Amino acid sequence: MLLTNLAILVLAGFVGYAVISKVPNTLHTPLMSGTNAIHGIVLIGGLLVLGLEGHGFLNKVLLVIAIVFGTINVVGGFLVTDRMLEMFKQRSPDVVKRDEDDAK
Amino acid sequence: MTPATVFLQQPDFIRACYIVAFSLFIYGLSGLTGPRTAVRGNRIAAVGMAIAVVATLLNKGMGNWGLIVLGLAIGTAIGVPAARNVKMTQMPQMVALFNGVGGGAVALLAWVDFRNSGGFAHTPTYVTIFSLFAGIVGSVSFWGSNIAFGKLQEILPGRPITLGRGQQFVNGALFLLAVALGVAIAAGSHAQILIIGMLLAAAALGNLIVLPIGGADMPVVISLLNAFTGLSAAATGIALNNTALIVAGMIVGASGTILTRLMAEAMNRSIPAIVAGGFGGTVTAPGVEGPEGGGTVRSTSPDDVAIQLSYARLVVIVPGYGMAVAQAQHAVRELTRELEKRGVEVKFGIHPVAGRMPGHMNVLLAEADVPYDQLKEMDEINPEFPRADVVLVIGANDVTNPAAKDQPSSPIYGMPILEVDQAHSIIVLKRSMNSGFAGIDNPLFYNEKTALLFGDAKSSVSDVVSAVQDL
Repeated sequence: MLLTNLAILVLAGFVGYAVISKVPNTLHTPLMSGTNAIHGIVLIGGLLVLGLEGHGFLNKVLLVIAIVFGTINVVGGFLVTDRMLEMFKQRSPDVVKRDEDDAK
Repeated sequence: MTPATVFLQQPDFIRACYIVAFSLFIYGLSGLTGPRTAVRGNRIAAVGMAIAVVATLLNKGMGNWGLIVLGLAIGTAIGVPAARNVKMTQMPQMVALFNGVGGGAVALLAWVDFRNSGGFAHTPTYVTIFSLFAGIVGSVSFWGSNIAFGKLQEILPGRPITLGRGQQFVNGALFLLAVALGVAIAAGSHAQILIIGMLLAAAALGNLIVLPIGGADMPVVISLLNAFTGLSAAATGIALNNTALIVAGMIVGASGTILTRLMAEAMNRSIPAIVAGGFGGTVTAPGVEGPEGGGTVRSTSPDDVAIQLSYARLVVIVPGYGMAVAQAQHAVRELTRELEKRGVEVKFGIHPVAGRMPGHMNVLLAEADVPYDQLKEMDEINPEFPRADVVLVIGANDVTNPAAKDQPSSPIYGMPILEVDQAHSIIVLKRSMNSGFAGIDNPLFYNEKTALLFGDAKSSVSDVVSAVQDL
């Protein structure tokens, strides 16, 4: 189990490296925000532990807080990234150019 | 129980969903690397996240539904309005905050894991180690991000707060304390005070790492903490034997590390140097009114600026955090339109760390409709400054500071800058004579080619626009 998981861990590291290594400066902020949303995946850790092993008052309180935190991370992260990117999408020169070409 | 329910609750079905989920993360992230595919990429990743969450809830034997719904509802009720209403200029602190809560969730999970297993009593050692690692890193990330938020939101002072000489010693001691408590737990001690102490030591370390860091380094720090949270999520994934967490966390850990390195390189700063103590004790007195060392400052009026700009051939605009704070990007766009009507060539010089995050200026200018091809990166625009008739610096300070080139004693010595002092004349829009976020005096302002236009960036630019129109 440990070795399988370590293999996945190492491969995921290389994938992360390969996917990200060629990003234009312009997109660094949205990219940081987007990856930020993805580590909100820790939410499902909170869900699993609360759903399957959530006993005791203090544990429950801690886990609900963890879920609140995880949800804020996920929902807020994706929404804020979307807002940032919307501004790029409409004004992307490629899109404008394509629209102009279509108009001809 | 219907056959369909049985099928959906199979562990293998849930694992398959996780595979779909992390494939969508990777595919979505690769979309985020290009402007045309970015919006779709982000949404694809969000769909992956929804799949992972729903699949998790399918697990057989899930209970505490009321509390789960409560947590999700509160999180949504906080996260959605925060993300909807945040101004583009406040984006960096928002990212810091979202990053922090993720780290906080990781740290809380480590604590609960400890409590659930009676202090990791019958847990494989590797699970214990990864869980404790996640706890330490998550706690550092949570507190560090909160401090970064406080500094950017100006709840805390932006300039470095240090313990002086003892800083590195204290940081090292806290780190060793956290690790030592973790080792004690892994070695078989089950007292809860140990893990609480470990998380608190890590919390103090997170505070002390970020407090001494000045504004100029803040983008690097946020990116670094983002990578930390990713790594801690991956460690949690190994502790919980959950592939979705491992893959998603590690991708963020890896990409965040690269992004951090790219940013640190852009500033000619090493990551260890930033973490070990910010700008150290070499910062000059903050908020100096008037010139230091006998230089004089020349101020100018919107009408003079308008004339200079209108009769220039090439104008380079250098935006900085001041433009963001004043929300001046639309007025700036208006000004470029007016100048272009008069045949003036306008370019933007964007320093990689202008503002508070890499790409911060690009986001704001894109919001205001400035075409991509006018935005020039540092290496591209620096050779053009000697040709520029006028450089208009709007609320940028440290990224134009010539001290970075010629004053070895300056704390920012060695940082690549936009060489605006090469231009024929320089106009700096500034609110007051206060020094920049990093608290360093800027000799550019006392340069004889420089004229300062004091006032809020937005109203100054608007005044210049109407003066140009009146010409």
